[in-house]
Amino acid sequence: MWKTLKRWYHQLGSPRYFYRFCEAVLPWLIPVSLALLTLGLIWGLVYAPVERYQGDSYRIIYIHVPASSGALMGYIAMGVAGLVALVWRMKMAEVMLKALAPFGAALAAVSLLTGALWGKPTWGTYWQWDARMTSMLILLFLYLGIMALQSAIRDPRQAARAAALLAVVGVINVVIVKYSVEWLNTLHQGATLKVVGESSIDASMKWPLLISMIGLWLLYAANVLMRARTEVLSRERRSGWVRRLVRDEEA
Amino acid sequence: MFDPYFDSVAAFIAMGEHGFFVWSAYGLSALLIVTNMLVAVRRQGRVRAEIARQARREGAGGSPKAGTSPNSVESNQ
Repeated sequence: MWKTLKRWYHQLGSPRYFYRFCEAVLPWLIPVSLALLTLGLIWGLVYAPVERYQGDSYRIIYIHVPASSGALMGYIAMGVAGLVALVWRMKMAEVMLKALAPFGAALAAVSLLTGALWGKPTWGTYWQWDARMTSMLILLFLYLGIMALQSAIRDPRQAARAAALLAVVGVINVVIVKYSVEWLNTLHQGATLKVVGESSIDASMKWPLLISMIGLWLLYAANVLMRARTEVLSRERRSGWVRRLVRDEEA
Repeated sequence: MFDPYFDSVAAFIAMGEHGFFVWSAYGLSALLIVTNMLVAVRRQGRVRAEIARQARREGAGGSPKAGTSPNSVESNQ
């Protein structure tokens, strides 16, 4: 088990192996993620029953929860990549740190926008400075800050170190987002889906939500692999295998 | 469960008077997500084209020594 993990670390840590991994995975990852997302959203929007108190505005949940959870998980992944980049100076961790940010930022923005559009008919307001919403806004700013650092510093390795530091420190904010609805008195409702214990949602709504959630997460993964693959090519453009690859494609 | 919840297309679009909120939420989400995917695809094409151009230029000027660059291929660090 440990040996397998170690081998993966070294293989995926090699840009060339990682590139081949992307070439193998992406052709099915993209269609599978799009199929799941389509299935989950059609199920949720057309077939799922209505929510008793909120009416049809609750159907925003099928994009709001997947986007929010995706933005949070993406940030945790960036924190891990940042730690690996800081401690072991692993090239691929720097590449992942850069690849994870843009789609995560988009999902954080989706979470905030859909949350506001859901809040208006449900709570009577688009926005309130409560703990959940404020910490989610900070999450978006952290994503944007990391992207800004990466594009502002010219040397990619130095840029990665600065971004990694911000990514690691910002993980605290993810904890605040997650537990704000439990520890603090917020306008936002508590968690709908729970890993441990009973979810507070009926099966007829839970399944479409789970399916669209997994679909959007996989689409995020595909986006990250695409961006990471591009970054690997760009960074390794001087190396032999990239030159051979380009030459073979030209021929 | 496998019958549509709505009686008509009009009812589906109206979303029980919440149509504006539901459809603008999904519209904005689609816009952000699709744009992000397209940007990733376009960036990839641009970088590949750039590397190919560079390789052609150097290929015309003299033979590039493949695999001997200081940026080593297999190292992790």
